[in-house]
Amino acid sequence: MTIVDDRPETVAPAPRRRPNRLLALLRNSWRQLTSMRTALILLFLLAVAAIPGSVLPQRGISPEKVNQYFVDHPDWAPRLDRIGAFEVFGSVWFSAIYLLLFTSLIGCITPRLRDHFRALRSRPPAAPKRMARLPQHAVLPAPPGGVEAIAEVLRKRRWRVEVRGNQVSAEKGYLKETGNLLFHTSLIAVLIGVGLGSWYGWSGNRLLVAGADNSFCNTRQQYAEAKLGPRVNSADLPRFCLRLDDFQARFLDSGQPEFFNATVTVDGPDEPTRSANFSVNAPLRLNDASVYLLGHGYAPVIRYTDRFGNSQISDEPFLTTGDMGLTSEGLAAFPDANVDPATGKRAPDEQMAFTGIYLPTAPEQPPMVRSQYPTERNPVLNLVAYRGNLGLDAGIPTSIYKLDQRQVRTGKVKEVGTKLLRKGETWTLDDGTTVEFLGTERYVTLSIRHDPGATPLLISCGFLLVGLMGSLFGRRRRVWFRVTSSDPAEGSPTGGSSLVEAGGLPRTDYPGFAEEFAQLVAAVSGADRPAAGADSGDRAGVREGAE
Amino acid sequence: MSALSDNLVTFAILAYLVAMIGHAVEYALGNARTRTAAAAPVRELVGAGGPVPTSPAPIAPSGGDGRSKRRARLAGLIAVGATAVAAVLHLAALVTRGLAADRMPWGNMYEFVLTVTFIGVAAWLVVLWNRPSLRKLGLFLTLVMVLLVATAELVLYVPIVPLVPALNSYWFVIHVSTIVFASGIFLLGVVPAVGFLMRNGYEHGKRSFPYSLAKRLPGAVGLERLTFALHAFAFPIFTFAVIAGAIWAEAAWGRPWGWDPKETWAFISWVVYAGYLHARATPSVKRNVATWIAVLGFLTMLMNLFGVNIFFTGLHSYGGLN
Ligand code: HEM
Repeated sequence: MTIVDDRPETVAPAPRRRPNRLLALLRNSWRQLTSMRTALILLFLLAVAAIPGSVLPQRGISPEKVNQYFVDHPDWAPRLDRIGAFEVFGSVWFSAIYLLLFTSLIGCITPRLRDHFRALRSRPPAAPKRMARLPQHAVLPAPPGGVEAIAEVLRKRRWRVEVRGNQVSAEKGYLKETGNLLFHTSLIAVLIGVGLGSWYGWSGNRLLVAGADNSFCNTRQQYAEAKLGPRVNSADLPRFCLRLDDFQARFLDSGQPEFFNATVTVDGPDEPTRSANFSVNAPLRLNDASVYLLGHGYAPVIRYTDRFGNSQISDEPFLTTGDMGLTSEGLAAFPDANVDPATGKRAPDEQMAFTGIYLPTAPEQPPMVRSQYPTERNPVLNLVAYRGNLGLDAGIPTSIYKLDQRQVRTGKVKEVGTKLLRKGETWTLDDGTTVEFLGTERYVTLSIRHDPGATPLLISCGFLLVGLMGSLFGRRRRVWFRVTSSDPAEGSPTGGSSLVEAGGLPRTDYPGFAEEFAQLVAAVSGADRPAAGADSGDRAGVREGAE
Repeated sequence: MSALSDNLVTFAILAYLVAMIGHAVEYALGNARTRTAAAAPVRELVGAGGPVPTSPAPIAPSGGDGRSKRRARLAGLIAVGATAVAAVLHLAALVTRGLAADRMPWGNMYEFVLTVTFIGVAAWLVVLWNRPSLRKLGLFLTLVMVLLVATAELVLYVPIVPLVPALNSYWFVIHVSTIVFASGIFLLGVVPAVGFLMRNGYEHGKRSFPYSLAKRLPGAVGLERLTFALHAFAFPIFTFAVIAGAIWAEAAWGRPWGWDPKETWAFISWVVYAGYLHARATPSVKRNVATWIAVLGFLTMLMNLFGVNIFFTGLHSYGGLN
């Protein structure tokens, strides 16, 4: 049957005391699990199991799309969710398949490692009695130096050679099995690298607006969303701060981005203070973290001056809506507006908020809803003013990017007007308070990560490749030469001197073996052409895999 | 320059069509000859066992078969010539496209398919040079070329634009060039694979429609070997390409592997091809089952090339269809 199934005799030296059914069952299942056939089926299952991961939206990649799926398919989605269809690659069934596969893999390669280690130290086996039966066979006149001369020819060609009396055994191509085992072992190392990354790694996403007031420090609280591996504590995060000093972007006329560069100042107890540039494809590498530039946008700077003449400034980032022109939406909230400076009393119903759409390049004509270019060629801020209780004190977490719609619906917040503002323009509201559009700051979307598994992963991938090539292109084969005194009955061409009988056995699929064998025989006989056996044809291929 | 490239693609398609017709004519004339040869079985015996022992031609040319044989051969040679011309045009189209864009011509799906198919045809010419007896496979190869290149031109065509910054990395060049190269070899590999499946059925006595086509194909054993050799050559390159992609993804998106649809399908293809190599090394699995797995592997590659760009949205922004 399969390679592994052929092994039992050597694996179990028949402890013939008490036939234990359970043990027998276990041993049988283990043998089944570690067979090539099972490995094949599991590989196939793995491929099939990955398909839903590309068809259905996945939480790890696009949680919004998963939510949308729940809205679009209210009946299906919960059922799919229960079987983990939105987290395929972390689901029980996907994990079960690859864990079984790797168990099978370990069970498969451990005995092979042992066998191969032995084979590496053992000598090439003695020649079979009837060499004429081998796939390659030839008879030639013995070279002058006899057995030693033959051995020398083989050694020069980097065969492993063993001389026994009048015969020479040689073997070559251990690299194949070495490579194969290295490849399969590296697969395990790859899995370990991935595991290390998810256990000891962490990551977080964060918008960073330019300016000293907006600098960000690497603590869990400062992330909008952070993912810490099971073995990471908040206290383990390296301490550093980032300040965005400058952001440059260049675009083609079509609006397609061409170049990005972010300039930041890094400092903190765990990092030397310095200025650094980074970009897409060229992340900022810190000691125990890397900072990746994922996106960018504008944060309109809005100043609101309340009834008492107090001014406050908001420079919250406006989120891009996904179009080429960077049309952005956001919220400027002033929960502390209209606090009487004399009494210090808050007026919860006099809070102010402005929702807005920002167009870096507004069209010449209305409707002013879509920006036409990503840089600020004709910047316009379209604001809607709201007054009332914003609901920010209620303790219910609300987004800093969106107005709490419940407050609008219940009438606690009322719309008081809309206005298009260009940079520097001021809008005076119905109660005499003013709002000014001062300009914009750039912001960048950052992903900050640490993956301690990345380096082991890379190294194991290197070994994996080397092993794979050795495995695929290595060819294990054996040859034997036996020097015999000539038999006059055969009509020796050399007339009475010794003959050499040669045989060759490819141990893996190797169509070119006949040729190599012929060359070898020619080299040994010192002549051009050997008297090659007639059966050096296609049989080489028939033996492959039959170890 | 860009318009020149577009014209060259059109001419290349025409040349592939000519090649395909040439192969078809050779095929048809060959069939006619087989009928006459069957009437004179002695002649057939004389010709048995061609000069290439690994892939014995079913009925090797034995001489004296007269005009139709010469004509068939001529048609076959014309087909090969047309394929070579097409390959040159194809290459010229890629080079002019690259010059016009001032970058490697692998920036979107159109260019990607164009390059993959070129690698496929170039590798085919190399294989053919070494094993002229495989010429009859050219019918399948040119058919695949016409279909894919025409699809590229009619469906996937996009005007030249520079790369978005995410693609502007030397890992992009390494990753995409190796992916393209491996895909081209896999593409070529599927030709003897399908040939083998048909021929194998034929040699086992099947004479119904798809198998009957295999009458004039080289021997099944040789086809199967070639299939394996091409896949064994392409697989490590593909593996390297996926690893290079992971290195690039780490730099660009902060994670080496994120199960983005393209990554997922690359994983699927890799696993299926690994399954093929496994199956072929497992004595209890029949060779035609193994070969079916290789064909399946190619279908998953096609899915990644076309399907993923069309059906799913992911981070891989070079689809260029939306
Ligand atoms: C994690 C999943 C696995 C993957 C991705 C994988 C991949 C591969 C690949 C690509 C090859 C081809 C290299 C060659 O032909 O030498 C190969 C060969 C091989 N694999 Fe695996 N393998 C896996 C698991 C296993 C398991 C579980 C076993 C044992 C049951 C196994 C046993 C073998 C053997 C014996 C060969 C050598 C075949 C030959 O003689 O050429 N592999 N594997």
